[in-house]
Parts: sequence; C-alpha cells; structure tokens
Amino acid sequence: MIAETGLAALWLAAALALLQLMLAAGGLWSARPGRADRQDRASVAAAAQLMGGVRPVAVVQGLLAALSFALLILVFVRSDMSVLLVATNSHSMKPLIYKIAGAWGNHEGSMLLWVTILSLAGGAIAILERRLAERTLVATLGAQALIALGFYAFLLFASNPFARVSPAPVDGNGLNPLLQDPGLAFHPPTLYFGYVGLSVAFSFAVGALVTRDVGAAFARAMRPWVLGAWVFLTIGITAGSYWAYYELGWGGWWFWDPVENASLMPWLAATALLHSVTVLATRDGLRAWTVMLAVVAFSMSMIGTFLVRSGILTSVHAFAVDPTRGSFILALLVLYIGGALALFGARIGTVKQGSTFEPISREGGLVLNNLLLSVILGIVLIGTLYPILAQAMGTQLSVGPPFFNKTIVPITLLLMIGIAVGPMIRWRRDDGQALLNRVTIPLAVAVFTAAAFFVFAWGAGAFAILGLGLAAGLAVASVAPLWKRNLRRTPLFTWGMVIAHLGVAVSIAGMASERAFTIEKLVAARVGDAFWVGPYRVEMRGIRPAIGPNWSAIEAALSVRRGQGDPFWMHPQSRYFSDPPTNTSEADILTAADGQLYTVIGQPDGQGRWQLRLWWKPWVTLIWAGGGLIGFGGLLSLIGRVRRERKAPRREALA
Amino acid sequence: MKAKHQRLALVGLGLVAVMGASGLALSALKDEAAFFYAPADVAGKAPPVGRAVRLGGMVEAGSIHRQNDGVTIAFTVTDGKARVPVTFSGIAPDLFKEQSGVVAEGQFRADGSFAADNLLAKHDERYMPPEMAGKMAAAKTLQQ
Repeated sequence: MIAETGLAALWLAAALALLQLMLAAGGLWSARPGRADRQDRASVAAAAQLMGGVRPVAVVQGLLAALSFALLILVFVRSDMSVLLVATNSHSMKPLIYKIAGAWGNHEGSMLLWVTILSLAGGAIAILERRLAERTLVATLGAQALIALGFYAFLLFASNPFARVSPAPVDGNGLNPLLQDPGLAFHPPTLYFGYVGLSVAFSFAVGALVTRDVGAAFARAMRPWVLGAWVFLTIGITAGSYWAYYELGWGGWWFWDPVENASLMPWLAATALLHSVTVLATRDGLRAWTVMLAVVAFSMSMIGTFLVRSGILTSVHAFAVDPTRGSFILALLVLYIGGALALFGARIGTVKQGSTFEPISREGGLVLNNLLLSVILGIVLIGTLYPILAQAMGTQLSVGPPFFNKTIVPITLLLMIGIAVGPMIRWRRDDGQALLNRVTIPLAVAVFTAAAFFVFAWGAGAFAILGLGLAAGLAVASVAPLWKRNLRRTPLFTWGMVIAHLGVAVSIAGMASERAFTIEKLVAARVGDAFWVGPYRVEMRGIRPAIGPNWSAIEAALSVRRGQGDPFWMHPQSRYFSDPPTNTSEADILTAADGQLYTVIGQPDGQGRWQLRLWWKPWVTLIWAGGGLIGFGGLLSLIGRVRRERKAPRREALA
Repeated sequence: MKAKHQRLALVGLGLVAVMGASGLALSALKDEAAFFYAPADVAGKAPPVGRAVRLGGMVEAGSIHRQNDGVTIAFTVTDGKARVPVTFSGIAPDLFKEQSGVVAEGQFRADGSFAADNLLAKHDERYMPPEMAGKMAAAKTLQQ
C-alpha cells in the first residue's frame, strides 16, 4: 500500500503543477499590461484571484512531492522486495543508512529526489518571497511548475520508482559496494540541491523576462538562490572529489571525467552568475548578461543530468545508467533551453540598458571574471561533448587530462590574478595608478614565492611554480579588503567574499603541490620488506583476513614510521562483497599536518609477494580544505545577504 | 562611455571570449584527443607510436602473465580478428580478468606492443563502457 500511496501522491503533485502553471498563465494573461485599463473591474479581480491561487498550490505541490519521496525511503527501510526498485538496488542485510541512501542511489529514486527538491524550492519561494513584484513572482512560479511538470512526466511515464514486481524475490540485488559509503549518502543530494537552486534562478530569469521586469529587485530576489545553489555545488564537488580520491583507490582527486565535468560546468556558470548578479543588484548593470547566464547555468545543470543519466560517455563514475532515458532528458533540455532562448531573443530588446561604468572599475573586473569563467566553461563543455560529436562522425575517441590541463590551467592562473585584483577596485570608476599601488604587496609576495620555489624546487614545473606563487599572492590579496577596517562592523558578506577567495588560493596551492611534489612507489612486497616513500618508512608485517557487516577482506598490516617517531599501523584492504559479487580496494590514508600517506594493496603474485602502491602527497589536504573554505565563505555571504534583505523593508517602512 | 557603446563593447568582448575559447579548445583537441583503437584497427598498419590513445577489447584466455618484478603484468587484447600484446605496471582493477572486456589507456611502442598507464574494466556486472559495447556487438556478429 505504501508504494501505491507514494505513486498517488506523485500523480497529485503533477496535477497540481499543471494547475499552478495554468493559474499563473491565466492570471498573467488576463492582467497583462494595457488590458487592465480597458476591461471592467471584474476581470481584474478575476485575474488577481487566479494569481492568488498560485502560491498555495505551489506549497501543497511541494509537500505532496516530499510525501512521495518520504514514502519511497520508507519502502527502502522496510526492504519491501515486491517493489522493483528495492529489489534491484537494496538488500535486507544492508546497514540502515545505506538502505536510506539506496533510495536515491539509482536512477528512479534520484529523479524523484530531483523533482522533490524542485517543488519544495517552489513552495519555499511562494512562502518566503515578499519583495518581488507579484506579477513577476507568479510568472516565476509558473516557470517553476513547467519545469517540474517535465520531470513529473519523466517519472510517471518512463521511470516509475514505485513499480511492483511479481513474484517478489526473496532478497534484493544489493547496492554497488563502491556506493556503500557515507560519501554517497550526502554527495548526490548535495549536487541536486545545487542543480535545483539553479533551476530557481532560471525560473526567476524567465519570470523577469515574461513581465519585462529585469532590474535590481529581480537580482536581489534571485541572489540568495544562486548563492545557495553555489554553496551546495561547491560542497558537493569538494566532497565528491574527496570521495573518489579515497574510495576508488587510484590516488587521484580529479580525473576530468564526464561525470565530474557535469558537476563542474554548472558550478562555473553559477560562479559567473553569482558575480554578475551582484553587479545587477548593486549597480543595476549587466542586465541582459545576467539573464543569459541564469539560462546558461540551468542549461549546464540539465546537460549535467543528461550526461550522468544517459551514460552516453564512458565514465569511471557511471552508476545507474540507462541510455533510453537519456533521450527523454535531452528532449526536456531542448524544450526548456530552446524556449528560454526564444523568450530571451524576443524580450531582451525591450529590456533597458542598465547603468554604465568605466573599464577600470569593480564592474569591469567582474566582467573580466565572467569572461574568463565563460571561457573555462566553454572549454570544459567542448572537451566533454567532443567525443559525442566525433562518435556521430564515426570516430571513437576520448578527451582526458592532457587536454584539460593544457587549456584550463593557464586560464585559471589568469583568473587568479583577476580574483586577487578585482575586490581592490572601486565601483563605477577607479584610478589605474592608485590601483597599482594597492597591488604592490600581493604582487611582491607572489613573485617572491615563485622565485623561492624556482630556486629550491625548480623541478616542480613551470605551471606548479606559477600556481604556488599566484596562490601566495592571492592569499594576501584576498584578505586585503579587511585592511584598516573595523572587523566587527565589516558586513558578513564581505567576510564571505574574503574567505571564499582565500579558499581559492588554498585549494590551488594544494593542487599545485600535489601535482609537483607527489612521490609514488609501486612495489611487490614480501613480509618483512620495507620501503621509503617521502618521509615515511613503510614495512610490510603481514597479510591477514578481515570481516565486516556485509563484506570480507584481505588486509595488509603495514608498520609505518616517520623519522624517529613512534611506529603505527596502517591496514589497506581488498574487500569482497557478495551482494552483488564485487571486489573493491579500500585505501588506508594517514593524514599528517603536511600531507597524506596513501596506501593501497593489490594482488598477490603467487610467490608470496603482494603488490603495494604507496603515495606521499604533500599538502594534498589543502585542495579540499580550500573547497570547504569556498563553501563556508558562500554560506556567510548568503546569511549576510538574507539578513540585510530582511532589514531593508523595515528601513523603508521607517523612512 | 555611452550606454549603447558599452553594450556593443560587452557583446564584442563576449564574442572574442567565445572565439578564443573555441580556438584554444579545438587546437588542443587536435593534439590531445585520445583515439580509441581495437586490435583490428592497428593490424598490419603502423600504430600511432607515442601518442596517448585507448585500446579496447577482450583479455585473451590464458594470456595474463605476471613478470618477475611482481608489479608488471603482460596480457593480450583481442577483438577476434587481431591481437595486441600489452604490458601494465600497477594495480589492475578488481574486475580485470581473462575473457572480460578491458580498455587500456597508454601508448603504442614502435614494435606494435602497447604500454598501458591505466586499465579500465567494467565497474560492475551491469556496466560496460559504451565503446566496448559497440565493438563487442560487432565482434559477436562476426563470430556467428
């Protein structure tokens, strides 16, 4: 019964989304400008009534979708094997957390999660947003309903998560062991929050285009959603990168894999949007560009969903893939993005030019930031989609790290200069000479650091040395906005910017260091053999079996010692899961203050030797620490902005 | 600066950025795209020596041999029409086994053998790289 109730709730939610769309469209149509003066009051009142229904419908629709998703989780928790999705993706012996996480560790469940977050976000706009013009809000919720409808249709007609199977199997197939990790429990939902936040920004942009209301008020309404989406994407990408790093056991933290790119592209677009929406909210500039970016950002999250769900590209992270469904998402993508671009083309001519600015100004710096981010985005997009194009022309190829490193790294270094200098420039106009004086100290730090690395570690490579130098300069420049300021009175969003920019410097320092100074050892070890890797001495002391709740393993006992310090144990494992039958490699990673020792055990060679792979990765943890700082900075900005927006109406009321 | 000029300048900058990105991406693609080969594609032809490519096919039965250093394995990749000897130093993925599909990333040597830097095997029983699926289907049809 639970599954049927869930399906019914999903149908009802879909029906309400349709109602929401019709109310919004009907209300806007009968109250369109130029008509209200001619018509009698009755029709104006009718229009108001139609539009008044939109908010409550949006809230109920969100609740119904949430109910449906909660019931799906319940079905998984109860291990109801008569539901096909549970039977194929779960197992009664699985730990509870993975039963719950299993609800979205598959195609149908993850699409239901998508649409649930989407409609809850719609409900949240309906409840929270009070400052935007009512017409624009109604148009926004209408656009939101249209997006949700597409995904409801997708779920109900092509991927019903509640389908029954008869006869019910005795037990399920289990969840892919690689996914049985706390990382999975949070990684996909985090990314989905990000994707959905961008869909809200997209709906706002469509709403503003429909009512020709592109201005500062629209930007202020959209900004928290962009910031929120961006924070979730940042955390999701950072966590995903660390998860792949320790779970795959390959020692890499980023593979330029299509699925990784699928999450990076929306993040790049959101980063650009975040900065341009600030120009629109603060200075009422970059109107058309901001609207365009909102459309692009949502397109990227749709393309991301398409790439991940369709399995059209070879990926190391390709789970829960079904090519036939890819075409449905592709159709939705074409419909929404094509529609939005057509609307953009039709309406953008009537959007008035915002205020102007001089080339040397904060706005100018942000335009430069946007251009560089767009270039990076374009390159990642081309690199990711090129194999599909080539395949259509009969050539099979793949595009990997060599391509991306060659193109993205130099532009990122340029972008770092922009991040360092941008916040030091005044709004509207600034003096070039004064600006040069301000950048002297960070520039000196960057040159000095790069020179020091060049002298003492010239083998690191030009890009790594440049990256480390620029990271040091950027770290200094990023805190410059706090210089000579009363720190207590510094607004929270300024702190947020400082911390996020500092996070970029930290993260890039980690990437450059990992790239340049990693030491790797691949050995065949007998019991008693010892090896040096970086500052550590690793001794193989034995091989023994180990057992867990739903796996058995072979593990190496490694005695590890640094210098004259106390020795300690590390136990990399090779695990075997029986449901489904799969082997995984469980790296054992030691985190020191200045880096990580990463150990993996491989196969035996039949003569008493075992393969061991050891890495010493200096400062590698900075990569994710920086990602965390970026996300935390975004969160501070979000809180700061929301607080200020809350205060603003009160100030207006007093005035 | 007048509003109209500013808008034009921004549009111009945007176009330059788009063209710059495409130009850079396309020129890098020419050098760096890794082409996918099946053993039959290189049989009797000079393989592209030293260039990063992918080689895909089945691991031939009985062909996996471990070399004396304990970390290098040698095996043969076949597509039913031709065979390529491959060496790989490292930890092979868990699902790498004989008579199973594999995609090797690496370079051809001048003698026609393949030095793999990385092996991709199926992630789980249900997953197969799309290139593999295509080649395997072709191989199966040929065998019949």
